[in-house]
Amino acid sequence: MVQRLGPPEAAVSTAPYPDTWQRRTRRQSLLQWLWLAGSAAAAVWSVSALDIEWAFFQDAHEQAADLVGRMWPPRWSYLPRIVKPMIDTVHIATLGTMIAIVLSVPVAFLAARNTTANGLTWMIGRFLLVGSRSINTVIWGLLFVAIFGPGALAGVFAVAARSVGFIAKLIAEAIEEVDPGQIEAVRATGAGTLQTWWVAIVPQVMPVLIGTTIYRWDINVRESSVLGFVGAGGIGLLLYASINSFAWSQVIVILFAILVIVLASEALSAWVRKRIS
Amino acid sequence: MTTGSRAAAADAVTRAGEWRAPSLFGGPARRLAFWLAVAAYSTWAVADLNVDWSRLVRGFGRAADILVRMTPPAVGERWHILLSGMLESVQMAIASSLIGIVFALPLGLAAAANLAPRPLYLAARGIIVVGRTFHEVVIAIFFVKLFGFGPVAGLLTLAFSSAVFLGKMLAEDIENMKAGPVEAIRATGAGFWQTVVYAVAPQVLVKTLGVFIYRLDANLRHSTVVGIVGAGGIGATLSASFSRYDYDFASAILLSIAGIVAFGEWFSDWARRKLR
Repeated sequence: MVQRLGPPEAAVSTAPYPDTWQRRTRRQSLLQWLWLAGSAAAAVWSVSALDIEWAFFQDAHEQAADLVGRMWPPRWSYLPRIVKPMIDTVHIATLGTMIAIVLSVPVAFLAARNTTANGLTWMIGRFLLVGSRSINTVIWGLLFVAIFGPGALAGVFAVAARSVGFIAKLIAEAIEEVDPGQIEAVRATGAGTLQTWWVAIVPQVMPVLIGTTIYRWDINVRESSVLGFVGAGGIGLLLYASINSFAWSQVIVILFAILVIVLASEALSAWVRKRIS
Repeated sequence: MTTGSRAAAADAVTRAGEWRAPSLFGGPARRLAFWLAVAAYSTWAVADLNVDWSRLVRGFGRAADILVRMTPPAVGERWHILLSGMLESVQMAIASSLIGIVFALPLGLAAAANLAPRPLYLAARGIIVVGRTFHEVVIAIFFVKLFGFGPVAGLLTLAFSSAVFLGKMLAEDIENMKAGPVEAIRATGAGFWQTVVYAVAPQVLVKTLGVFIYRLDANLRHSTVVGIVGAGGIGATLSASFSRYDYDFASAILLSIAGIVAFGEWFSDWARRKLR
């Protein structure tokens, strides 16, 4: 490569040098404005089509002041009553996550291209992934309450049903990216398919499995705090009851308890994930 | 397996030095302790939750029954309810994402430790921490109380949680950006906003757009549940169809939600791949 010492001839332009510097060319800024205008149009369309009752906005600040007035002071004597439901909430999240780990491993092996048996099993695996992930935990809760009746059992299954897809998707991606050399090496010793998976693939995806599971557990604690709204157990039941009976001074106590539990689980999850990575 | 163990038994020398995969727990005692802890916790948790086992058993029968009543999904003359509910959910998702990002920009700037003064930084981080803790459905209750039943409450709920989420991601991107360009622009005598536009924005724009598209997808998912507490969207219709044992309509709604969410996820993946 020849080192150029000066600017190439072609770069010398005869056009007058602009006095002020512009970051974007005219075309670029036009495009940018078009994007902004398009986004604004989308926002206007979405908002106007929603049929918003603007009258509600007029007294919103009064409602807010009213709410704060009713919430304060918090009824701290209510705290002992919510300890058990709070523990239940964590149990729902943890048991649901535990069931999800057990179920997600086979689903992940079905949904990963390099371990699935054939096109049909891959389709089944993908279908399970998409189905589990597309339905929100609360909606799974509705379904399981219809099946098992109201209670924590429905909550555990709802958490598990939503988490299977989440965990399995990330494991399946990890399985597709494993180092093929190890699989080949283990297979060369005469290992069968299951032995190969157990010795060559599982150890490689283990960090992803643990990290994803703990991350999901932390999300599940948050999700299980509202499962009670559809009757699936946990603190949500009391929260909903307190709101419906306008007991706002209890609501704030419950919200405070949820804040503490969620922050604690988030900190625990972040600490464990930092340690294993 | 059997041939392997037979060969190992035949050869005592091999057996003595039999290879085992290194354990995840760093020793058999720890592994035992781990599984004992898991078993103990599960027993405690299940006992604490008062699980009614007979209900579990009966539930499987009922699940089969519900599944039969769900197939085939039927819409009948209620298709306009389904359509308007879904449309409302989609509109809520789009509008709330756009409103969310407008509020996320100042929040993200205020929550970046390297740009904002300390008190502002702490205030913005406080909003982010508290806002992220509560589930969308809990926030929706408050907006329903303030603005009445309907999509306004859902729209504001999703806009609020999007602003908090996008603000947090933006703040982290700003904190992780390169300091060089900022210094260079500052050295030209640029003020704060000029620095933001010419040094910060170019560094974080692409990533923020990616996070925005991700959030659009997440809002689509959440917009299907806030209806359960009366904040608009398809959730209310779904909840009502379950409580009326209207299972064939419920399965039609579930399939529509799954379809649109799967499409949203595909679109989000595609758009983010294009950005990179």
